[in-house]
Amino acid sequence: MNIELLLVLIVLTNLRLLASGRLGAAIRTVALQGVLLAALPLMAHEPGHFWRAGALALGTMALKGIVFPWLLFRALREADVEREVNPYVGYFTSLLAGVLGLAVALRLSARLPGLPTTASPLLVPVAVFSILAGLLLIVGRRRAVSQVLGFLVLENGVYTFGVGVMREVSLLVEVAVLLDVLVAVFVMGIALFHINREFDHIDADRLSSLKD
Amino acid sequence: MEAALDPIVRWMPPVLALGLSPLMLGIIHRTKALFGGRRGAPLFQVYYDLWKLVHKGAVYSRTTSWLFRAGPIIGLAAVLLCLFVVPMGGVPAPVAFTGDLILLVGLLGLMRFVTVLAALDTGSSFEGMGASREVQFAALAEPALLLILAGLARLTHHLSLSEIFDGLTAAHWSQLGPALALMMIALMVVVLAENCRIPVDDPATHLELTMIHEVMVLDHGGPDFAFIQYGAALKLWVLGILSVNLLLPAFPVNPWLGLLAGLGGLFGVAVLVGVVESTMARLRMLVVPQLLIGAGALAAVALIFLLK
Repeated sequence: MNIELLLVLIVLTNLRLLASGRLGAAIRTVALQGVLLAALPLMAHEPGHFWRAGALALGTMALKGIVFPWLLFRALREADVEREVNPYVGYFTSLLAGVLGLAVALRLSARLPGLPTTASPLLVPVAVFSILAGLLLIVGRRRAVSQVLGFLVLENGVYTFGVGVMREVSLLVEVAVLLDVLVAVFVMGIALFHINREFDHIDADRLSSLKD
Repeated sequence: MEAALDPIVRWMPPVLALGLSPLMLGIIHRTKALFGGRRGAPLFQVYYDLWKLVHKGAVYSRTTSWLFRAGPIIGLAAVLLCLFVVPMGGVPAPVAFTGDLILLVGLLGLMRFVTVLAALDTGSSFEGMGASREVQFAALAEPALLLILAGLARLTHHLSLSEIFDGLTAAHWSQLGPALALMMIALMVVVLAENCRIPVDDPATHLELTMIHEVMVLDHGGPDFAFIQYGAALKLWVLGILSVNLLLPAFPVNPWLGLLAGLGGLFGVAVLVGVVESTMARLRMLVVPQLLIGAGALAAVALIFLLK
């Protein structure tokens, strides 16, 4: 499989996320994206660093492909919420915004100065697009689970950038970031559970009407 | 290349379409029968049906006007014109000029427009419902088709269908495979939607409430209905040939071999449509726009990658 195909598939998972109406499907899509991202260091690594890339791939696969989805499904089950995404920004608008975001990402990364040569000219645009898609998911969705997913996608964008562009330092940084994200997802899962237990819903917008 | 081409070969794409397009419907029916464990109608059943229909008389309701009678004729004429600008298997179309891809989309739009007008002219509430659905879905499928064609035009730097598919080579597939694959997927969705096949519409349904295209043509009978059926077969051929041309890039071979490959590809498309119809349920009416918008988004993503 070549790297361009992989990157296009990552773009497609992002669009699928923006378009999905079910929380379960969205979590599975993020898991798929994690698996795709795990393959990325294997293709983008510098010659001679196969073991480092392999270790990173394995760690990514385990965390993003298995642990995070499992945690989120567990949170979803325990919170026992409805399965619909129930977005502020609907299907059509999200998808349109996604396509526009891709255009913006391509335009933007063509103008970024001082980038080293990357394994593929699409790497930086796809990373920027993932970050934009993650932001869109965070602000455009009502359920807290969707916002966790948005955060994960945003982090995936940063990861893509790190793997593709800063190849020398990537292992240490990436492992640290992965651990941070793991903790974050843990905390968010627990927070989800508590929000749900206190208020019988996980709609983030209704938290803003809280008074102290 | 075009100058050296035998005029007989140049006129083969439309001639083949005129002769063999009903066979595609026959192949779809046969595939579905095979999946259903039935023997199915003969491959040439659609020809017999058309023959029977043109020998019947037509009955016109007194509430209809000339629009109702003009619909099938203009529709068939529009799709017949399409045949002359679509190349096939590396053989350029008889007529090719800059911008004929817009003409193709416009003619298909005209065909739908007159069908919708004829449906509305009957004054039947069911037909109005079908017309409304048809237009709603077409409004989403048409931009997708235009985006796909725009992407191809961008890729090959040509604005004529014959030149586009002449310029599309295997090298494009190896360099820009992902973008072309996205276009291909979007085009397949457009083919299914425009030809009223499952998962968008079920051509075999007999419940007016769930019908889209079929309900619009309920009041047509005899030769008019034959025109509509033949037009539908030709439309399937035209859109099918676009996807075959996209998938089988031009390579310098004997044009007759190219035509044969195109024909094989078309029958492959027919089998694929049959397989889709046998293995999938049709989507809920509310989900269909999402599918079509999704296809449009895929085409837009492909175009964006090509514009870069």
